[in-house]
Amino acid sequence: MFEYIVSKFNYWAYICLMMIGLYAMIVKGNLVKKLIGMNIFQVSIILFYVSVGAKSGGATVPILTAEDIHHAHAHVLANPLQYMNPLPHVLMLTAIVVGIATTGVALAIIIMIYNRYKTLEEDEILVIRKESGV
Amino acid sequence: MTYEHFAIFIVIVPLIFSFLVVLLGLFRKGLCYPLTMVALLVSFIISLGILDSVMTNGTIHYHVGGWAPPWGIELVVDYFNAFMLVMLTFIALLTGIYAKKSVQQELPEKIVPFYALFLLLVTGVIGITVTGDLFNLFVFLEILALSSYALIAIGSDGAPMAAFKYVIMGTVGACFYLLGVGYLYVVTGSLNMADLRMLLPPLYANGAVQTAFIFIFIGLSLKAAFFPLHAWQPDAYTYAPSTVSVIISTVVAKTAVYALIRVIFSVFTVDFITLYVSILDIICWISAIAMIYGSIYAIRQFNLKRMLAYSSIANVGYIMLGVGLCTSTSLGLTPALMHILNDTLMKGCMFMAACAFIYKTGLWDIRDFTGLGRKMPYTSFAFILASLAMIGMPPGVGFVTKLYLIIAILDAGQYAFVAVIFFSTLLMITYFWRVIEIMYIKVEEGEGSEKGSAISIDEASMGMLIPGLILAFLCFGIGILWLTDIPSPILNAINSGFGLGVIP
Repeated sequence: MFEYIVSKFNYWAYICLMMIGLYAMIVKGNLVKKLIGMNIFQVSIILFYVSVGAKSGGATVPILTAEDIHHAHAHVLANPLQYMNPLPHVLMLTAIVVGIATTGVALAIIIMIYNRYKTLEEDEILVIRKESGV
Repeated sequence: MTYEHFAIFIVIVPLIFSFLVVLLGLFRKGLCYPLTMVALLVSFIISLGILDSVMTNGTIHYHVGGWAPPWGIELVVDYFNAFMLVMLTFIALLTGIYAKKSVQQELPEKIVPFYALFLLLVTGVIGITVTGDLFNLFVFLEILALSSYALIAIGSDGAPMAAFKYVIMGTVGACFYLLGVGYLYVVTGSLNMADLRMLLPPLYANGAVQTAFIFIFIGLSLKAAFFPLHAWQPDAYTYAPSTVSVIISTVVAKTAVYALIRVIFSVFTVDFITLYVSILDIICWISAIAMIYGSIYAIRQFNLKRMLAYSSIANVGYIMLGVGLCTSTSLGLTPALMHILNDTLMKGCMFMAACAFIYKTGLWDIRDFTGLGRKMPYTSFAFILASLAMIGMPPGVGFVTKLYLIIAILDAGQYAFVAVIFFSTLLMITYFWRVIEIMYIKVEEGEGSEKGSAISIDEASMGMLIPGLILAFLCFGIGILWLTDIPSPILNAINSGFGLGVIP
């Protein structure tokens, strides 16, 4: 059982982070805390992708210089086992940008909410909205 | 004439124009609206060209940047996309016409950002529709989502709170989708839809593939507001500015449904969902609950936009019931595809009318609508045509949906759903009749019936009226069209592309 958990520890790590994020989004009443929960949630998935591309055993980033290619042992360097898969990492660059944009929009919305209700606690906002008859 | 670059043009045109709107809007605000309309008109014309090309030359495959499919991003347009593209760009164009007056009144200081975001939203919608790559779909999904968060938030009253709720839920949905795509990538090493369709079959029994399916299904259902995951939807539809509630209730909602159907049938296949993850029966029953739940909650609302929002939840149920029944009937996806278009027409028309009422009279509570039918005769007429179509008056589009759904149900032999459809129709009559009764029949208290004719006509401006009336007439025009054989080549092509329409 222990072996099983350790051998797939990257999956366990991302699931733990994801659950922390979900917990914060569901339970916390403060909107900024909810937003932080959302960020943790996004980051957990980014970490999952990055860990999937990694390989143990001395694998590195596949950078072939012109010299390597002309060299006789180019076919050894091109052995895929020695290289991490860069595609998931590249995909995550896009996902990080998307995450930043989402956070930016959410923060802007939080500022609007604060200007309107002068608080960021969800239950207080609900009370204010009930009082104003909506 | 070759259409080979149309698939990318239709994405790029609104994208570039949205930047142009921001840029030129700095100098002259008056330019924003014409630019938006040019972009929408061009994308509509291109979409017609694409449909024509698909019908004559078959599926379009466009390799972005010249990179071959499994590595590069591929845009694929088959009958389903082409059908969706024409519908989405047409509704976007009508909403664009509608937008002018309502934006001038509601958001006079935010004209530039509004049109820029509106075009970005259209970019996202079109991108989702044409892409053939799972990760690319995620990116467009987020372009669409981010612009709609911002557009909802600029509304009044509870809009920022509604938008924040939508940000949180929408991001969770997108993340689930991304996670599912990640699982598929881990197992197959590919992100291209057509490639995955070929690589997946030997791996169907794999737990990771099945988990990926569930993640993607839940993520996209969240975006589509499919029943238990609809919590963000009523607030967002209610508090969004008029034009935005028209566009998100029609175009955005249907795009998410499109993505769901595309992933279920194009990436995974009918074999997978019938033999490995038997989800179709569950979809059917959840849809049945959604149809009843949405209608019951719609009856409880007095805010017209909120009532329509709950009605939308019921209508997503109708579409998904069509999806759930697809394998056990020779009609295949036909009822679902029909209702995607039908609901768009009806909801678009009703939201346009509801927002025109708010624009002209400031009324949103159904109980205050007394005499509105005489005050705004044409808008009310459009609203009534759409609601009659939705209730199911032949030959309206709602009737066609229900007819085909019932044929599909009888074909599949699951008679319980016929009862569900009839019950939900009864509930629909209840909440739409209530509006019609107050608008036309109820006499204003204290004024007496003879004074009823004294109410002066105060109709919405032409720009807001004409799109609503066009949609209202289309509700019946398209209904008649469905009953003829004209659209059947498209529907049959979609069904056979997914391997549906033949009972095994």
